Amino acid sequence: MTNILSFVIVGHVDHGKSTLVGRLLYDTDSLSSDKIEEMRKRSTELGHDIEFAYLLDHLEEERVQGITIDTTQVFFKSKKRRYVIIDAPGHVEFVKNMVTGASQANTAILIIDAAQGVQEQTRRHAYILSLLGLRGVTVVINKMDLVGFDKCQFESIEKDITDFLNRIDVHVNVCIPIAAKTGDNVVSRSNEMNWYKGPTTMEALDAVEIDIRRDSATFIFPVQDVFKLDDERVILGTIESGSIRENEYVSVLPTLQKTKINKLKVFGREIAEASAGESIGVITQAPVFLDRGMVLVNDENDVVCSDTIQAHLFWMHPKSYALGDKVDIRIATQEVRCVIEMVVKKINSSTLELINAAEAEIKNLEVAQVKIKTKKAVMYKRFQDNQGVGRFVLVRDGSICAGGIII
Amino acid sequence: MTKTLDHLSRLENQSIFIIREAYSQFRNIAMLWSIGKDSTTLMWLVRKAFFGKVPFAVLHIDTGYKFKEIYDFRDTYAQQWGINLMVVKNDEAIAQGVCPKTGKFECCNQLKTEALKQTMDKYKFKALYLGIRRDEHGIRAKERVFSTRDEDFEWDYKNQSPELWDQYKTKATHEEHIRVHPLLGWTELDIWQYILRENIPIVSLYFAKQGRRYRSIGCETCCSPVASQADTVEKIVEELQTSTISERSGRAQDKESAYIMQKLRSLGYM
Repeated sequence: MTNILSFVIVGHVDHGKSTLVGRLLYDTDSLSSDKIEEMRKRSTELGHDIEFAYLLDHLEEERVQGITIDTTQVFFKSKKRRYVIIDAPGHVEFVKNMVTGASQANTAILIIDAAQGVQEQTRRHAYILSLLGLRGVTVVINKMDLVGFDKCQFESIEKDITDFLNRIDVHVNVCIPIAAKTGDNVVSRSNEMNWYKGPTTMEALDAVEIDIRRDSATFIFPVQDVFKLDDERVILGTIESGSIRENEYVSVLPTLQKTKINKLKVFGREIAEASAGESIGVITQAPVFLDRGMVLVNDENDVVCSDTIQAHLFWMHPKSYALGDKVDIRIATQEVRCVIEMVVKKINSSTLELINAAEAEIKNLEVAQVKIKTKKAVMYKRFQDNQGVGRFVLVRDGSICAGGIII
Repeated sequence: MTKTLDHLSRLENQSIFIIREAYSQFRNIAMLWSIGKDSTTLMWLVRKAFFGKVPFAVLHIDTGYKFKEIYDFRDTYAQQWGINLMVVKNDEAIAQGVCPKTGKFECCNQLKTEALKQTMDKYKFKALYLGIRRDEHGIRAKERVFSTRDEDFEWDYKNQSPELWDQYKTKATHEEHIRVHPLLGWTELDIWQYILRENIPIVSLYFAKQGRRYRSIGCETCCSPVASQADTVEKIVEELQTSTISERSGRAQDKESAYIMQKLRSLGYM
């Protein structure tokens, strides 16, 4: 089975993310008998009815408080393929955990409570998804049982969310009325909502095509490390895009030296060619100096090598960024000092309101369009042309405090 | 032409990337080898990442209660693969009589976590590779690929750093160390399919004898076998595709109370 889709479930706190995950697992027979038993036992111990959320929320605090604190990944399979579900916390305090989960996903489900409608974190999460490069979402309107399975209520929320998502350039695959607690329109079709003719949640997921990366064919190989193997210096790395054969010539960025690939190395077998996604070793013709952070490319005209970057970024650290602060930017294995030189605009990630860009800082949970100045030239491409070298993180004191994409 | 990698190849390449990423950041890294199927698979991937070499120390935490098969396997392959093996033991606690009978929580904590802590202190290791997987246990599903432990070994699971795409927290302060989990995204089935594909040697305890086999191994005193007829890797792969019993159902430390695994792990357990 080569086919595995990872999806994240996001939305406002208490709109039913963990319950939906539990229901998907239960109704696809993906739960082991001892897990179901454990869930029953724990639910009784803590004095609740059986709660599917207990399957996911494993931290003591999560179960007692009934909220997800950190992201969880679980595995299940439908008749069609295997899935990894990423359950992300909905509480504003834990947005960095939500981002961690969402950055690993191929696609997303946005969940909205039918009684409460679109809320602050609904919008913020959707916006973050767009910043992480996810362009299509499946929307589920949950807890339809609480609104008497009312079609008008569903349509009104569907309109709200579709309008919002259109504004941030996210496409709605489908919008589904569900009740995760009872399983309506999750895996089995609901008997209560005959007015709804679209797919169930499971059918909608099975219909999602795994995004095939449309990166350009340029060979891009960020150097990860140099490993001394007996008397050879082996350049280690994972090919970001394109492919390479022995005896081909490449350019080294940022130094622009030229060198030849003498040998490609993989342990245990001989290879003459390697391509995107493969972690390999290469031996280059002496005597170029290579070290972590340099990048080998076969067409230096197809990439940018510059000390100026235009980007959208999402700040996710309680300590604000003050204009001029020195932080490190990481793009693939490159890491250099940088400053945000200019804020073009700042946006509240929930309301999409423009915030005064003249303010000399970027605060937690703000999205900004910025101009970054790096201390040395770095190699990159626009995110829409190459994901791996089109996205970056900013690091302060060894911890990631922002993530973004290059525009 | 760019080819599409199959699922196991994709996992393999990602794990090699993570292994190399950690080694490039922490030359004073070590690896924990329990001799189980996961950490033996990890060892296989390490050898792939470094072309047959294992360029760092490998720790085996020996409680003294391991199965004989585990010790035999360890000694055979440590030699064959040229591993710099360090056997780690909390001699003091053993001398004081800590054992499974005096309490499983205390036994795991003293003979495993404490033993590891002493060794990390002594050799000043800044990072540690472990073969844990998200699908093994709920609390492990919360882990990051690079995960910080403080000077007391504690895991602040409520306040973990974000991890975006393949960018990790790769710096540790003086007091901290980083746990590196290259197999986090693998499932039990992936592991066995990979063992089959690569023909990785595995301790015989996993294969059924007289209708029983171990699905997860540790100390002899705290592991019980499950009913099974699977006596080859092929049959184990087949069994897992139909089983509804979870992997660690034979492990005593997961059972005693609802949060024993969370408590053990927050104190630095593996």
